[in-house]
Amino acid sequence: MSRVRVLVGTRKGAFVLSADGKRGRWDVNGPFFAGWEIYHVKGSPAAPDRLFASQTSGWFGQVIQRSDDGGATWEPVGNQFDYASEPGTHQWYDGTPHPWEFARVWHLEPAPDDPDTVYAGVEDAGLFKSADGGKTWAELPGLRTHKSGPSWAPGAGGMCLHTIILDPARPGRMFAAISAAGAFRSDDAGETWQPVNRGLHSEGIPDEDAEVGHCVHRLAMHPARPEVLYMQKHWDVMRTDDAGDLWHEVSGNLPTDFGFPIDVHAHEPDTVYVVPITSDSHHFPPEGKLRVYRSRTGGDDWEPLTRGLPQEHCYVNVLRDAMAVDSLDECGLYFGTTGGQVYASADAGDTWAPIVRDLPAVLSVEVQTLS
Amino acid sequence: MIRVVLPAHLRTLACINGEVQLRVDGPVTQRSVLDALESRYPMLRGTIRDHHAGQRRAFIRFFACELDLSHEQPDSPLPDAVATGAEPYLVVGAMAGG
Repeated sequence: MSRVRVLVGTRKGAFVLSADGKRGRWDVNGPFFAGWEIYHVKGSPAAPDRLFASQTSGWFGQVIQRSDDGGATWEPVGNQFDYASEPGTHQWYDGTPHPWEFARVWHLEPAPDDPDTVYAGVEDAGLFKSADGGKTWAELPGLRTHKSGPSWAPGAGGMCLHTIILDPARPGRMFAAISAAGAFRSDDAGETWQPVNRGLHSEGIPDEDAEVGHCVHRLAMHPARPEVLYMQKHWDVMRTDDAGDLWHEVSGNLPTDFGFPIDVHAHEPDTVYVVPITSDSHHFPPEGKLRVYRSRTGGDDWEPLTRGLPQEHCYVNVLRDAMAVDSLDECGLYFGTTGGQVYASADAGDTWAPIVRDLPAVLSVEVQTLS
Repeated sequence: MIRVVLPAHLRTLACINGEVQLRVDGPVTQRSVLDALESRYPMLRGTIRDHHAGQRRAFIRFFACELDLSHEQPDSPLPDAVATGAEPYLVVGAMAGG
């Protein structure tokens, strides 16, 4: 029987939540790496028991952990992230040039076909690759050294490369997103990059239609239709039908189009999920009601999903990497909150129940569907 | 033998119980002690000082003999009591609260 394994990164450790395909009874294991911030945990599609975790601390810096037994045991691997060339400068918050400095790994993206290959998106924004299971890391400098790099500026959370999407249909094509530079595409396995932000409008930057400078919070793709991408931007939910060449807004009837995560149903490329948040200054759900919104039309037309979610006095946030979908026949959906709840739906979002309620603030949620 | 005491998070990371005892050949300095420590426990590389310049991470402190040695030069001799093992060399995570 199929089962699922939910990988949760929190402000104070990692947790592994496991259930059978019914997704009704859960085993909760953790905390792993207690006391450390775990920005992201993700499994290798090529070897599902191989997991990578980004473990970080303001005191002790960056550690990458790897498990080869589904999270039962872990070992630290390589933590040396050196920019490949003279890092140069980007813009600081006050507009002055600021040296590029490695701070932490925000996102780990294992390759679909090789358990030893994994990509890392880091702060200050850069893309790294390991071909030896995380032991050593080499930057793909073409992104950081794009001619627009000196004009990039950090968002409030730092200048992070938080989204890495590998196109399953077109080898060598990949997407990355950076706050607050925008979305980028490579068609040559990360050697060279181009900004793909046409159609975005951001009121918070001097030129609202600029080539770069947009605070993209998250990108999502359905593997069966990789030319279509969805974006949750600082404000606005966006969609492209041509791999980022042009975006158009699909916020439609959302109560607010500010938010962080966005994801796509495992079997329905037109079914998209977001969690609207009141505003950039009020990082909690509108009216204190935690609602996931689902569009079955690829955007514009959205319905609130509320059954099982708190509909009063709820003032948590859901961060950009804290939502995931499984690929069981009845698609499951998961998200974690800054209040430490991890909610699961075994029916594509129609109904929800908490797996756990009292974890540390959740930074990331991934799910593996295992046979 | 040089005695080194690490903060709890680093002991956990390196699977260390209690103090570390290190043999250091040559002058006993911050650099030589940390070199020996990282040689035995490679997973600690980058967690106390950076990979390249060996610069102490901002929120790490080095204490010994009731002295804050954090700002000493990396190649300055450590106190005799550390070199003889009479006193431990303390690697400390700076206090933070709130």
